[in-house]
Amino acid sequence: METYKVLLRIIMTSVLVNNYVLSKFLGICPFLGVSKKLDQASGMGIAVIFVMLLATAVTWPIQTYLLDPNGMGYLQTIVFILVIAALVQFVEIALKKYIPSLHKSLGVYLPLITTNCAVLGVTINNITDGYNFLESMVSSLGCGLGFLLAMVLFAGVRERMEEANPPKAFTGVPITLVAASIVSMAFYGFGGIVTSLFGE
Amino acid sequence: MSPILIAIISVTAIGLLCAVMLAVASHFMSVPVNETEVKVRECLPGANCGACGFTGCDGYAHALAEVPGTKTNLCVPGADAVAKKIADVMGVESEDVIEQVAFVHCSGDCINQKRKHVYEGIQTCAAASMLYGGSGKCTFGCIGLGDCQKVCSQNAICIENGIAHVDTRKCLGCGLCAKTCPQHLIELFPDDRRVVVVCSNREKGAAVRQECSAGCIACGLCARNCPQGAITVANNLAVIDYEKCVGCGICESKCPVHAIKFADFSGGHRF
Repeated sequence: METYKVLLRIIMTSVLVNNYVLSKFLGICPFLGVSKKLDQASGMGIAVIFVMLLATAVTWPIQTYLLDPNGMGYLQTIVFILVIAALVQFVEIALKKYIPSLHKSLGVYLPLITTNCAVLGVTINNITDGYNFLESMVSSLGCGLGFLLAMVLFAGVRERMEEANPPKAFTGVPITLVAASIVSMAFYGFGGIVTSLFGE
Repeated sequence: MSPILIAIISVTAIGLLCAVMLAVASHFMSVPVNETEVKVRECLPGANCGACGFTGCDGYAHALAEVPGTKTNLCVPGADAVAKKIADVMGVESEDVIEQVAFVHCSGDCINQKRKHVYEGIQTCAAASMLYGGSGKCTFGCIGLGDCQKVCSQNAICIENGIAHVDTRKCLGCGLCAKTCPQHLIELFPDDRRVVVVCSNREKGAAVRQECSAGCIACGLCARNCPQGAITVANNLAVIDYEKCVGCGICESKCPVHAIKFADFSGGHRF
């Protein structure tokens, strides 16, 4: 398969089929926590895309050139957590200094994402799937976009739910979880789309 | 070397590296924080009500510190005490704050006002007002589902007999309720007023009588009896000119439908 087809396939897979929130159930806490309002949800989604790309750009070389050659692959998880957390903190400081406007819009969300499991999941999955650097970056972008899509869709659902009148026992978290499961089920409809578009 | 030792050393090394990087970054890239801003922020009450016109207390403190000419008397909940503190920090002359309170210009409760339909939809005033202006016959009146009550941070608003009442002694005059009310019934005014018109119906007298027994019928008795000539009737509603009003309360006793209220509206800042 040509390169662009491979990359397109990776994007389609990570946005629709293997959506991190709705099929892999990673990053659930921001999905439930910050999805009450559309603007907050999209802000969080964009911040996650940003951090995922950044984290992959750093962790992929660390795994390939530092851990693997020295037989320390088993340190993957702890090193990744350490590096991602430090990196995000660094980026926050740098943004505050050099791009205050971006810091103002993303700043609130950055510390929330430092130890987000979706971010760690993307970086580790990129390694286990055997992607090269370009494929890893594209996969991160796709996963981030999938996260943004899930957040925005669910924010819309929740804004509608605010107006609805569910039974008293279901109000609040229970009805939110029920709605999340229905949105997740809807995403299973994308199951065969990648194989039918690109072949096995 | 044992694998455990290698793991410990390498993770420690990476951790130290990150720590040094962050320490250096926070030193060289630190953004200077304006000292005045921090001090001003400490003076403000932290209610984040937005009555000053800025985005919360942080926004107001920032504006005071960075934008020259920002007034020091904009914090309504904090009143004179806070204005004085801010003026001290900024080193300028203190200005008096006009204390304000919110008031609901309607007295069409479930005894006075007749119903035109039974509303069973979404229980908010914003939704109910979209259906023929609420379930009461008077389309100007209070709907009584408590949108204002929900936004009030001071619990100063209660719903009694189907309409909202502001307990002015708790009210800090932030104006959130006035922005929320879909009927625009709530007004903020200086809390030294003594008489207010408690009706907002601008229909003709006969029509008002059909809808509500407490509505202003624009008879003009108040205007004729006011010794100061402070009351006029405009758009079928009594209007009080507070420049002329001395707060004698004669209008209240003359009003046949009790649509003028004479009381002490001193706000929560005074207590």
